[in-house]
Amino acid sequence: MADILVYVPEAGKHAAEVLTLARSLGDVTAIAFDDRSASLASEYGAAKVYRASAEGADDHFVDPKAAVLTDLARKAEPDAFLLPSTDEGKALAARLAVALDNGFLTDVTGLDAEGTATQEIFAGATVTTSKVTKGFTLATVKAGAAAAEPAPSEPVVETVEAETAEADKRVRVVERVDEPAGDRPGLSEADVVVSGGRGVGSAEDFALIERVADALGGAVGASRAATDAGYYPHKFQVGQTGTTVSPQLYVAAGISGAIQHRAGMQTSKVIVAVNKDADAPIFGMADFGVVGDLFAVLPQVLEEAEKRK
Amino acid sequence: MNIVVLVKQVPDSGLVRQLDAQLRVDRNGANNVMGELDEYAVEAALQLKEAHGGEVTVLTLGPDQATETVRKTLAMGADKAVHVSDEAVAGSDALATSKILAAALGRLEWDLVIAGAESTDSGMGVMPHLLAARTGAAAATGARKIEIDGDAITVEHQRDDGYDVLTAALPAIVSVWDTINTPRYPSLKGIMAAKRKTVETLTVADLGIDPGEVGAGAATTEVLTATDRPERTAGQIVTDEGEGGRRLAEFLAAEKFI
Ligand SMILES: Cc1cc2nc3c(=O)[nH]c(=O)nc-3n(C[C@H](O)[C@H](O)[C@H](O)COP(=O)(O)OP(=O)(O)OC[C@H]3O[C@@H](n4cnc5c(N)ncnc54)[C@H](O)[C@@H]3O)c2cc1C
Ligand SMILES: Nc1ncnc2c1ncn2[C@@H]1O[C@H](COP(=O)(O)O)[C@@H](O)[C@H]1O
Repeated sequence: MADILVYVPEAGKHAAEVLTLARSLGDVTAIAFDDRSASLASEYGAAKVYRASAEGADDHFVDPKAAVLTDLARKAEPDAFLLPSTDEGKALAARLAVALDNGFLTDVTGLDAEGTATQEIFAGATVTTSKVTKGFTLATVKAGAAAAEPAPSEPVVETVEAETAEADKRVRVVERVDEPAGDRPGLSEADVVVSGGRGVGSAEDFALIERVADALGGAVGASRAATDAGYYPHKFQVGQTGTTVSPQLYVAAGISGAIQHRAGMQTSKVIVAVNKDADAPIFGMADFGVVGDLFAVLPQVLEEAEKRK
Repeated sequence: MNIVVLVKQVPDSGLVRQLDAQLRVDRNGANNVMGELDEYAVEAALQLKEAHGGEVTVLTLGPDQATETVRKTLAMGADKAVHVSDEAVAGSDALATSKILAAALGRLEWDLVIAGAESTDSGMGVMPHLLAARTGAAAATGARKIEIDGDAITVEHQRDDGYDVLTAALPAIVSVWDTINTPRYPSLKGIMAAKRKTVETLTVADLGIDPGEVGAGAATTEVLTATDRPERTAGQIVTDEGEGGRRLAEFLAAEKFI
């Protein structure tokens, strides 16, 4: 069976998905820098866990962990090394690729036992299959590439304590500032996303979008026109330059459906649109669309949702 | 302070984009523009120059037509440019691209390199870290804010749920998101001035790299197939005549969302 290394950065859904995908390919050895990630690895079927610590890894950016992962990759000689496709995961993959002179793929949405990966390019319009042709299969895996399925195991745990070279303490993390989204689920992990666009018209009126999101138990998203206009904070932007979401339900209100917006939401399971322009491109991809004023349509939805509670 | 800005010419993301027969990004059939986020990188460099002095050099690796993108950066206010253009580069992967850009950086004097957080075509978002690995410079990527104080740089690294404050000593490589600034438009004066600015055009051999080390032949990844995703098709569209919200609620209820 193939040997698969997996970097588990935190005990979240995305990491669980990568572990599940890895398990379908071979024996999984997880690398975890904290106990919660280590226990996630055993919950999702890792055969072995490197419980690693690197001096200074918590308050330095990327480099200390990159050094540990490089050493472990050299030692384990895996058939594949998978990391979640996050900023950190991609940065680490890049460091590994140079250090090991190994090809790498980013944002893969699937991977088979032969090492053939699927990727989506051009805002999702084209699906490609690719392979690493030099070295092992080094890839970052996009959120949603597999459905996380627990498979509890009792992995062999090996402790790795690394010293960190001075050169790897170049970039210090002096402060971490959390700006939580309140009680709502995180945008990229939510099952329901309700997004508003320029058609919402003002920051105050985004309260209506928030109320619909809360009624559906979802996260709030926004188009770039809405974030640029200051109606809603930038970090909630959905699309090519924002977050990619793939929820069970995506509601687009007052959003025209520009190609760059569609890039971030077109793999949603069910898409609903409310727009007063019958020719808005968003209707071309909506499972259910209402041509109408969102200020008339959405309050009625809220009323009905309240009634059905 | 000397700054190098990395820009890449990409096919316009608002139009149809495709791969050519060799499964490479089709740059001939496309309308090519500067990578979206790279405009923010240029603006960030210009603002830092305005505050701290020094020179802004633009570096790009791409086919001859990428001169248009180079001209635009010079018209925005960059001082000079280096354009690496070579047939041998066609089909290069990210590793080879980083080898070439690192060699070009090695010929320049710089305290800071600014890139876009990700390119609009490949969207890998890895070049700054590949270059950091090759040059040994500090990498503080994904910035929504950059501050320079003497030879120290402070960056707000943007996360989905907040930000991290990173500090490093120069030389450093940073990349920027579109939250960092609003890029300027080239002025008429800028466009005229750009005509007198120097653009150095180099081949990979000029950089001391054997052409066999880059391009399709040296690629460490291979695209096997490409298929167009079937377009999503429209479902039921109703026009609101007083009942639109109720109809939508019925749909949501039928799908068990309410
Ligand atoms: C390189 C690049 C990257 C980009 N990245 C992104 C990205 O990540 N995400 C993104 O979203 N965009 C992105 N864009 C911008 C994108 O091209 C569009 O400009 C943007 O998505 C438009 O947002 P919108 O639909 O809210 O606004 P508009 O296109 O102005 O549409 C507003 C819609 O609201 C409707 N409307 C108005 N009032 C009402 C009402 N009362 N009730 C109902 N409907 C109403 C109108 O009919 C219209 O269809 C990017 C652009 C570029 C060039
Ligand atoms: N061929 C290139 N020439 C110059 N800069 C590049 C090139 N490719 C990537 N970059 C820079 O690196 C950033 C990230 O690119 P990528 O890793 O391809 O997503 C881009 O926004 C550019 O600033």
